[in-house]
Amino acid sequence: MSLSPGRRAWRRFKQNRRGYISLWVFTVLFAVSLFAEVLSNDKPLIVHYGGRNYYPILFDYNETVFGGDFDTPTDYLDPYIRHRFVIDGNWAVYAPNPYSYNTLNNFTATPNPAAPSKANLLGTDDRGRDVFARLLYGFRLSVLFALVLTVVGTLIGILLGAIQGFFGGRTDLVLQRLSEIWGGLPELYLLIILSSFFNPSLGLLLVLLSLFGWMGLADYVRAEFLKNRQAEYALAARALGLSNPRIMWRHLLPNSLTPVVAFLPFRVSGAILALTSLDFLGLGVPASTPSLGELLSQGKDNLDAWWIALSTFLVLTVTLLLLIFIGEGLRAALDTRKG
Amino acid sequence: MSELLTVEGLSARFGQQRVVDAVSFGVAAGEKVALVGESGSGKTVTAQAILRLNPDVALSGTVRYGRDELVAAPEKRLRQLRGREIGMIFQEPMTALNPVYTVGNQIAEVLQLHLGLDKAAARAEAIRLLARTGIAEPERKIDAFPFQLSGGQRQRAMIAMALAAHPKLLIADEPTTALDVTVQSQILELLADLQREDGMAVLFITHDLNLVRRFADRVVVMQAGRVVESGAVDKVFGQPSHPYTRALLASRPVPLAVAPMEEVPARLAARQLSVAFTRRSGWFRNEPVPIVRDVALSLPAGQTLGIVGESGSGKTTLGLALMRLLDAGAVSGEIVLDGSRLDALRGEALRRARRDFQVVFQDPYASLSPRLTVGEIVGEGLALHQPELSPAERHARVVAMLAEVGLDEVVLDRYPHEFSGGQRQRIAIARAVILRPKVLLLDEPTSALDATLQKQVIELLLDLQARYGISYLFISHDLAVIRALAHRVLVLKGGEVIEHGATPTVFASPREPYTQALLAAALA
Repeated sequence: MSLSPGRRAWRRFKQNRRGYISLWVFTVLFAVSLFAEVLSNDKPLIVHYGGRNYYPILFDYNETVFGGDFDTPTDYLDPYIRHRFVIDGNWAVYAPNPYSYNTLNNFTATPNPAAPSKANLLGTDDRGRDVFARLLYGFRLSVLFALVLTVVGTLIGILLGAIQGFFGGRTDLVLQRLSEIWGGLPELYLLIILSSFFNPSLGLLLVLLSLFGWMGLADYVRAEFLKNRQAEYALAARALGLSNPRIMWRHLLPNSLTPVVAFLPFRVSGAILALTSLDFLGLGVPASTPSLGELLSQGKDNLDAWWIALSTFLVLTVTLLLLIFIGEGLRAALDTRKG
Repeated sequence: MSELLTVEGLSARFGQQRVVDAVSFGVAAGEKVALVGESGSGKTVTAQAILRLNPDVALSGTVRYGRDELVAAPEKRLRQLRGREIGMIFQEPMTALNPVYTVGNQIAEVLQLHLGLDKAAARAEAIRLLARTGIAEPERKIDAFPFQLSGGQRQRAMIAMALAAHPKLLIADEPTTALDVTVQSQILELLADLQREDGMAVLFITHDLNLVRRFADRVVVMQAGRVVESGAVDKVFGQPSHPYTRALLASRPVPLAVAPMEEVPARLAARQLSVAFTRRSGWFRNEPVPIVRDVALSLPAGQTLGIVGESGSGKTTLGLALMRLLDAGAVSGEIVLDGSRLDALRGEALRRARRDFQVVFQDPYASLSPRLTVGEIVGEGLALHQPELSPAERHARVVAMLAEVGLDEVVLDRYPHEFSGGQRQRIAIARAVILRPKVLLLDEPTSALDATLQKQVIELLLDLQARYGISYLFISHDLAVIRALAHRVLVLKGGEVIEHGATPTVFASPREPYTQALLAAALA
């Protein structure tokens, strides 16, 4: 049977057990975290009340609907409301962890931060929010953010690197100098300055980090294109009469992607780390957003609440380790000397 | 005659793969033995196994040198023998010499290590050795780095290094393959002279039967890791007993029989074609470096024009210029294809016109994109130049074209890495010929191939020319191949045409001394 080079690389990747298992574990964790709303939510999934079904996870209901006094959104952690759901044949299905990332439990008996208990598996942070919920949502947000940042940075990097490498000469010279000047800008100071101008948000961070994220990759793609445009198959494609964009797309790009693919997991882990560090420094997303960096910073401020720092540290370490194992596996898989 | 080296039942394995299988032969003192075979026959592995140079190979059998048994000998004993008793020279002199040391340094190292000379004596001896290998100005060249020497000079320096400790046996692994024909014969003469003077034995590894005939006393023919025939050169070449040896001997290209018809209209013509690349000199000045100067040529319809020259003579540059594959700024002069000016075309018009002139490159391993299937590679040009064809029609044409070059339909979905060099070159030819071009540039299409495959490709090319009347521009340094294909031949030296005429005439009575030297070296 004939295998394409891509399929052969995948087969080699599968032979690297550690990388392959890490990919599976990471994929499962990420897939699970995508359903965070079902797993960890202060709103019940379904409520059967007074003969009717309600879906609080999808719609907001005021307390008066469930026999409360206030015409405001229901607080489902309120013992009074909870009681209403178990009498008169009413029932409710709760999420396994009954807190969302910003749920404040006003009815708890322990002071914040609270140590791990039956009610809060990993304890609460110094504002009384469930640590497990914040970790789950924070992990999802970090990975999503990192994936988007990686895709954007990779696309820009490939595009600019390809143009530089393929056309070479003066184009290359000018773009290379421009990117050196751009790379000379102090990224961190820019972020500090801009975060004082604007209210930092995920979108803004994405844009800012993307502006700098492409540079390392563009150099590799440029080098690959410089090498491959000299290859005889590229000359052969030109002799066939193909246009430049077509030669770049069909002949050079597939043969230049090795460094791009090999760097992908490392770029993802780098992006997670960047977001975490910015949040830790307080330059990142606002405090209401679930963020691993913000949790770490709380851990630092509350050293006696060991559950905050320890659990966040573990989540971060495991995530980054998995990504690095995947990256190592990919790197081995792309080494064509290994059959 | 006493045997100096005896190899008995030597086998070599890379992991599970057995690449040399029970090989036996002997080399007597002062004898010249040639080990012949095509690529993959295991001849280099055998040669390296004698000194156990390749640590990845598992060896079994016996190699006796004098009183030593080398397969089981301790590493320390082997180190004493290497260079001192048995010298070795390699195919590629650029990579076999260490680029960061001067050649004198590298030769002196052998002298100091094996003969215990001091620094000054070693240097003096190194100069003497270099002079003996025929390098001009050895006192100056001894301080040269490998990249400052030409290929021939590098190979001479390698030989000086191998001979430094007066070995009794010299193993030469394709020592002339990377060199031009005229340099090739000089190196061969040098080896023969040195062998005669020192009385050392030479084990000469090559794929070139011509060299064997000129150089060796005895020949050992290898195929797929086994020795199929061995004996005196005259006997083996005169009455080959094994079918493989016969096939190998029969694969020498036969001269083209058809006399060129006169007065055929020119299909491709060039006048005053020059190519000059600019080199930077100083800060702001650019200085033109001429590669091809004022070339005029004409290629008749349905015939072949051979372009001959040594490396650096500008033959590939000339070919690429004719095919409009160089920067327009570097090329000047007129190129006319079927009456219309090719040199004036730009952009889209040029891309459309490319259908009429196609190229097949030298290295079939580099000229096929590794990530496209054979079907995509062959069909790509068709999709571009004849978009009116339906996918089914295109598929049918690709299949028909592959059949013409001797490949089955099942190869369509395969990738280039699964094919041998000969098959890859067929794919490259199919990619070009499927467009039915008027002119096909063949840039050394056979030089990366073994002799038997070379012959098949030449026959395929002759067949396609007869069928479609394609004009070939055939670039080669191999005059035997040129004689087998070309109606007319053009000799390039230093970017200028120095001789031009019908192939039989040029081969029978070359006018220029350069052509005479080329012919003498190639067809001796």
